[in-house]
Amino acid sequence: MNNKIYEISPGFEEIMPKDYRDLVNDGPFGKKLGVKDLGTFKELLEEHPLCAGCGLALSKRLILASLPSPENTVIVGTTGCSSLSFAQVAIHNIHSIFGNQNAVATGLKRALEIRFPDKTKDVVAMGGDGAIGDIGLGMVMHSWFRGEKFTTIMFDNEAYANTGGQESGMSQKGAVLNMAPTGKKYAKLPMPEIARDAGCVYSASVTPARPKRLEKMVRRAVILARKLGPTYIQIYCPCPTNYKFKPSESLKRTRDMEKSGAYQIKEYISPAAEELIKKFEEVK
Amino acid sequence: MQETNYRVINGPEGYLPPAAASMGVVLPDRGQALIEGRIVAEKEAMEKIAEKLLSAKNPYFFPGPLILWAWNDKAVEKAKAIKELADTAGAKIIPMSDYRPKYPMINPAEEINPNHPNLTIWHNKIDVCVFVGVHCHYANLALKIIRGGTDCYTIALCANYGHEDAMISLRDVHAEEVRNLTAVIKKMKGGK
Repeated sequence: MNNKIYEISPGFEEIMPKDYRDLVNDGPFGKKLGVKDLGTFKELLEEHPLCAGCGLALSKRLILASLPSPENTVIVGTTGCSSLSFAQVAIHNIHSIFGNQNAVATGLKRALEIRFPDKTKDVVAMGGDGAIGDIGLGMVMHSWFRGEKFTTIMFDNEAYANTGGQESGMSQKGAVLNMAPTGKKYAKLPMPEIARDAGCVYSASVTPARPKRLEKMVRRAVILARKLGPTYIQIYCPCPTNYKFKPSESLKRTRDMEKSGAYQIKEYISPAAEELIKKFEEVK
Repeated sequence: MQETNYRVINGPEGYLPPAAASMGVVLPDRGQALIEGRIVAEKEAMEKIAEKLLSAKNPYFFPGPLILWAWNDKAVEKAKAIKELADTAGAKIIPMSDYRPKYPMINPAEEINPNHPNLTIWHNKIDVCVFVGVHCHYANLALKIIRGGTDCYTIALCANYGHEDAMISLRDVHAEEVRNLTAVIKKMKGGK
């Protein structure tokens, strides 16, 4: 794998579809672009089949714009709403069986370290709250216990959204959903704290209403994972379809959730991570 | 030893055609090739490819990611050779830039995808197509779908061991072998 894979072979420049030419000429590869540059470059995710107003789609767009080295990143996705749009992402990505993303990412990261010992290859496991907080929690936590050097990002829409709206461990206590008509009986899982206690050197929660903050957290998480160990980010992804609000109100709902304290922005940084962050953010 | 009577001919062979390998078609050894499931000498297959391309009404090349992207010098060299081959044969080119299942957004006029190659063939009324630089498992998938749902005659120029599901398949095809094929076509056209 080298970066020449993003160059078109001579003679085929005009034959390639415009989307690909645009990715080569105006894409983010090797250019160190970020969230503030959105709208000025060909993005890695443009068309997708997710619902109008989907907080996950917005979050994914922001994450992809925040990756410090998209040309050297492999995403491991898993079943859920997010998996419906991975096929459209113009970056290496793998679909794993529901909940397996952290086990697959473990093998991938270790293999990449052996295959490319002189290069930095980032692995980012992404999944919904069902894949990371419920069904895949065992594999997620064991990857953290083992100190695997990759980032885990949870799209937290507080439900199993693409299967009709069952409650998940991440749903708020009392949440009424299509398949939880009497309301959820227990509290939202404290995943950022679980991640911290399970060995993540960096654990944070954020919302897409704070794009710059989200970008900073993604960059910190990915860069820290290269050197120190597992990192975790949880992003609130409001779901208009299952929580039954207008698609145009996603960001308002996000802000309301922050304001009421139902969704809190958090950041836990280990001492070693703190030291490293100072170094790379000073250099920048 | 090859014992099957099964022939890999252009379809449509039905919604779910059998994989030629499951019908007893075996891959050729070095120096050999496949024509419609029969093992033949490489030279014979090259002449048949030339004949098919030159007699086609609307031949197309489908180059895949292995040559479309300049990921190493050999890929670039082979890409140049393929471009020359397509031009010599008077064939058009539709790229298979990657394998993302972009349905229903795919534009069959400008790209082909292994998950629905029939759309591209129907849309462009392609009667002969050549797969080259496509990873084997995706080529197999596309070739089987084409045989199942279209009457397009398929040719696979493979850098590895060949493809049972193509009507004609060469193996070990790199830049030099592509240039040899170009020479065969030029000769058949009456050139030097």
